[in-house]
Amino acid sequence: MLSTKQDDEQALQNIIETFRGKKGITISLLSKIQEIYGYLPQEVLSRVAKELDIPEASLYGVATFYAMFRFKPLGKYTIKLCRGTACHVQGSLLIAQEVMRHLGISEGETTDDGLFTLELVACLGCCSLAPVMMVGEDVYGRLTPDRAVKVLDGYRTDKRGEGNNG
Amino acid sequence: MANTIVRVGMASCGLASGADSVYEELSKVLVGDENTILKKVGCIGLCSYEPLVEVEIEGKRTIYGYMTPELAKELVGSSFQPTSALKEKIIYSDEETRAPENNRMAKQVRIVLRNCGIIDPEKIDEAISRGAYEAFSKAVKEMSPDEVIDEVYRSGLRGRGGAGFPTGLKWKFTRQAKGESKYVICNADEGDPGAFMDRSVLEGDPHAIIEGMAICAYAVGASHGYIYCRAEYPLAIKRLNIALDQARERGFLGDNVFGSGFNFDIEIKEGAGAFVCGEETALIASIEGKRGMPRPRPPFPAESGVWGKPTNINNVETYANVPWIIRHGASEFSRFGTEKSKGTKVFALAGKVAKGGLIEIPMGMPIREVIYDIGGGIADGKEIKAVQMGGPSGGCIPSWLLDTPVDYESITATGAIMGSGGMIVLDETSCVVDVAKFFLNFTQRESCGKCPFCRIGTKRMLEILERISNGEGKMEDLDLLYELALQVKEGSLCGLGQTAPNPVLTTLKYFREEYETHVKDKKCPAKVCPSLIRYTINTDLCIGCTRCARICPVGAISGKVKEPHEIDDAKCVRCGQCKQTCPVSAIFVD
Repeated sequence: MLSTKQDDEQALQNIIETFRGKKGITISLLSKIQEIYGYLPQEVLSRVAKELDIPEASLYGVATFYAMFRFKPLGKYTIKLCRGTACHVQGSLLIAQEVMRHLGISEGETTDDGLFTLELVACLGCCSLAPVMMVGEDVYGRLTPDRAVKVLDGYRTDKRGEGNNG
Repeated sequence: MANTIVRVGMASCGLASGADSVYEELSKVLVGDENTILKKVGCIGLCSYEPLVEVEIEGKRTIYGYMTPELAKELVGSSFQPTSALKEKIIYSDEETRAPENNRMAKQVRIVLRNCGIIDPEKIDEAISRGAYEAFSKAVKEMSPDEVIDEVYRSGLRGRGGAGFPTGLKWKFTRQAKGESKYVICNADEGDPGAFMDRSVLEGDPHAIIEGMAICAYAVGASHGYIYCRAEYPLAIKRLNIALDQARERGFLGDNVFGSGFNFDIEIKEGAGAFVCGEETALIASIEGKRGMPRPRPPFPAESGVWGKPTNINNVETYANVPWIIRHGASEFSRFGTEKSKGTKVFALAGKVAKGGLIEIPMGMPIREVIYDIGGGIADGKEIKAVQMGGPSGGCIPSWLLDTPVDYESITATGAIMGSGGMIVLDETSCVVDVAKFFLNFTQRESCGKCPFCRIGTKRMLEILERISNGEGKMEDLDLLYELALQVKEGSLCGLGQTAPNPVLTTLKYFREEYETHVKDKKCPAKVCPSLIRYTINTDLCIGCTRCARICPVGAISGKVKEPHEIDDAKCVRCGQCKQTCPVSAIFVD
């Protein structure tokens, strides 16, 4: 996080001005806010709603409908564990269970040390590498429960990319 | 003049397998080589062999699979004359007839994927050199809008998103609708788990989609287009933006295209993660910035779509077919396929198949041929059980119906649907109750909540399936499940709810026995459902190597070195890792 509070404030002001008076903007508006903060802080939503004269409820209506929007900050690395069909028939549920057990968190939660957030996603579209997970921007394929855990431990000791053979 | 072209597949799968380090090495060792052009290309479809490098010398192509930076260096070092190590990596060759994938490539017809894996998708000149925008120019300069619609109609092209509505007819409705401003939308919200056809086209040949939309806009009289693309495809969005900028620079988009007075431009809208937005009225609501909830039809989008204006919506693959049809003619297109299903279909072949990947086949090819001749059969020599087509809206086609031809009517007759192109192969180790539960879990979570039958019905269906797979099911549950499935189908407004019961209905129809075994015998024949299986160690076979005890994540295995081990069933979480790691196959599951 290199941005300062003033930078964030300036960016938010710019967004408010860009969207003022336009129609059909809710989704783009929320994505822009999330780009700044990494999630949708409650006080920011209240303020934006007031300034743009949009009912706060309609912002929340859209924000809670789409999977992309979050109300809590993410951990340093987001784990996207693929639960698509090809990954499912290759045993991705067992991997998900093992990862949850190992990290002590459930779907959507962040580890206490703020390192990992676990997301189960519908399909990453790399079906021939099934089962697959992404850690940050890195893709790991042909996983077993054991290997998935080893990959994650690599991030703890900062030996990133270990076992990244797709 | 360069006579050698080297292509590296740099779509998502390739990148995930390390294609970028192969490309980097090639660009290093090829510095100063003026006879060779190095290109980043999209998906060629041989996904199971990634990373892929293709070498084209004087028009003859050779494809190498499982490439590494070292092998890439060796390839250049040998002046592209394969060494013995490289010969083993050849998977396709125009000259070597015995290359393993020659047959697979020969069985396919590439209309939609005509440029995927061949051009650099970030360079418009490469697309143009392969004929991109010729069809658009022909349509605008030489054809009237009605002639364009007629050509598309006569080609027999039907919607490739799954429902199969005739594309020409859809365009005609939008053209006839009254209204000053009209819109065209490309549905690139590819949401079926296990499907990546559209992603490959978006990443590999974005100009095909832009050109298809532009032709459609000219035909229906629209001046503005949207591509609604899921945000989970960042590479696709990046390449689309590059392609749109380049198309504007060349005057294919913008005001007064080809000096004809026709104005058209395209904007990208990113989806925010909601499966239901693949439904056209929900997609329109989402473009308008609202919750993506479907509304009743009529009015159809052709009359009242985005911002209440007449709107034509097609998916990625449908649009990608259009330029080919205008360029080569309707009759050339309708040579491929069956009486009612013309042209080709792209499939993402995955699951328990030996060689998955992205394929394009002429309509009418039997499923068996797709799986065995193109996909190389089942991995590890196991028995095929079923093929799942159409994702959460589709169904399981059992092994005894594998001769069903791939066309809209024949697939629908089995209870599955053509769908957008997911084809997942299931073998004897896949449990159909588990597969049905998997899809129901998905649709239940993705239901937007508007219709009670979909919102509550899918939840109740999921609970029944959970009971069955936990060994708590009763025989009455099977009838209840069936009844509920029919009601959800009847009582839902949009495609999501209307098709959500299909995975359950098809598995109940073809594999009722397997459900009954779960209920009556409390057994899972495929040994998948955790509550119905048990791992044990055969003490006569166990050599006491301790591997299983070390890999067990919950410490359920105990035993001394060189003495038989034991599994504590109460602690066991049925992850199966012990069985996989045992060197003497002493661990059994029943």
